[in-house]
Amino acid sequence: MAATTKVVPQRRRSWFALMRSSPRTAIGAIVLVVIVLAAVFAEAISPYPPNQQNLRNRLQPPSAEHLLGTDQFGRDVLSRIIFGGRVSLQVGFIAVGIALAVGGLMGLVAAFYGRWIDSAVSFLVDVLLALPGFLLALAIVAALGPSLVNVMIAVGIANVPQFARITRSAVLQVIEMDFVTAAQAAGSRDQRIMFRHVVPNSLSPVIVQVTLSLAGAILAAAGLSFLGLGAQPPTAEWGSMLNAARPYIRDAHWAVTFPGIAIVVTVLALNMVGDGLRDALDPRRRD
Amino acid sequence: MLVPLTYARPVHWGEHGTKPALIKYIFRRILLLIPILLGVTVIVFGIMFLTPGDAAILMLGENAPQAELEALRERLGLNEPAYVQYGLWLSRAVQLDFGRSIRSGRPVTGEITARLPATIELALLATLLSIVIGVPLGVLSATRPNTAVDHSATVLAFGGLAMPVFWQGLIMILLFALVLDWLPPSGKLGGWQYYVLPTITLGTSAIAAITRMTRATMLETLSQDYVRTARSKGVRERSITYRHALRNAMIPIVTVIGLQFGALLSGAVITETIFSWPGIGRLAIDAIRSKDFPVVQGVVMFFALMYAVVNLLTDILYAYLDPRLKTRYS
Repeated sequence: MAATTKVVPQRRRSWFALMRSSPRTAIGAIVLVVIVLAAVFAEAISPYPPNQQNLRNRLQPPSAEHLLGTDQFGRDVLSRIIFGGRVSLQVGFIAVGIALAVGGLMGLVAAFYGRWIDSAVSFLVDVLLALPGFLLALAIVAALGPSLVNVMIAVGIANVPQFARITRSAVLQVIEMDFVTAAQAAGSRDQRIMFRHVVPNSLSPVIVQVTLSLAGAILAAAGLSFLGLGAQPPTAEWGSMLNAARPYIRDAHWAVTFPGIAIVVTVLALNMVGDGLRDALDPRRRD
Repeated sequence: MLVPLTYARPVHWGEHGTKPALIKYIFRRILLLIPILLGVTVIVFGIMFLTPGDAAILMLGENAPQAELEALRERLGLNEPAYVQYGLWLSRAVQLDFGRSIRSGRPVTGEITARLPATIELALLATLLSIVIGVPLGVLSATRPNTAVDHSATVLAFGGLAMPVFWQGLIMILLFALVLDWLPPSGKLGGWQYYVLPTITLGTSAIAAITRMTRATMLETLSQDYVRTARSKGVRERSITYRHALRNAMIPIVTVIGLQFGALLSGAVITETIFSWPGIGRLAIDAIRSKDFPVVQGVVMFFALMYAVVNLLTDILYAYLDPRLKTRYS
């Protein structure tokens, strides 16, 4: 068994075919690409620096100069949304990365070795699931103190149980397969079997979970920042922008409206791609 | 995952001697809950124990004399090793004693129970709203697949799931309180008007989740053989939808309603903050901001307890609706 085994996708469809068969997924993917490009090239495309204040230009409605208006310090809302996207995506990716690394490893080890390791991991997962994810993240941030890094850690830990569960069940299905038995019979080491044979074949549900968790992580992080526990001023972050503009909502609703729309569009796009991937990768859901 | 069901009517308690089985099942579920909640206490205590900062300084202020600080540390047991502190904390926590609030000096449990009704009220109203809207909308969607009704419901559901509670709350205040002046922007001074905006804000994501789940399970049950049989016997479509299909689709729907309660508790923290609702969610945020850790610990434990009770009730309802689960535990 030299090569990596790949058995599950007998009818794996290409990205292009997936996009063509599901317009919803395609729209989500296109929107997502635009958001990611905007975040990457924020310096190039945003009309103003995100923190440039102009107190004479406070709370101006949308105009040709400031397409989405200005906030309470006269900062350009559009520019802050573009830079805020960078922060939100970063937080989302890092938080999900933490959850994937920790939870994925827990699930893999639990399913592969079974017995007391499985029981211990399952118990830990049950304990973490005894609190709704956002509340767990909230409690962790409360302890670590308010900052963006702590939000990433907290949201990451709060997402660990989902990844542990999904990886565990995916791996449990794969290790029953003949090629794993064959590899064991051939005397392959555990690590080799795990990472060359089991992991590549357990990826589908985990990939779907990554997309859907990204949406949840971005929402949770923005929520924590909105509560003043995440990004601190003057960092442009969607949740903290909303929080800061809140007192001025009556006179300058644009500073609240547009960052919120940015969150909705991003989360919607991620959910649409996640749903599309799930339908495409899960044979039971395939038409 | 949805399992195909072949029965048409839930078996009631007491029929065929199922009552003892159900009680046994409930008892077992409660026993399983104890170690989990103990695990939660370790996390809650651990989080606060690892927090940088000295509780004695937090309580007495930075300029307090050294002798007083030391006396307080001794009294609170802060000089003891971690496991002794945990043991002391746990022995009080199981009696629902979480100490006194650093900020107000009042017992934490009293502060929580005073505000708990407001949170439960809001959560129940939001749950009710999400069932009353979500289930019929999902049924409507499933019985008319790929029509304008179905597409609108899908768009609404996707939107509802993507909308952050905090943004929706602010937009509702802007629209219905500040622009239209129909409803009060915040507070809870009595009168139904104060309930409208917080309930809708909190319930929206649950409406979306329940609509989607109802649609999916109804589509699946409507394609089952017994539905086809009923139809071929000439049973009216209305009766098929509600008596045959919806009843069997209820199990996953009940599960999602239970799961949504967790999301509601999370949402309550933000909703209460936005609408100045005097519940334990807002208490938690105020406590976090002022580093009032006994209150934070108490509220988190109460949230875990409430979540556990609702999950337990969901599981019991689930067992009640699905006789196969009962036989497994009999």
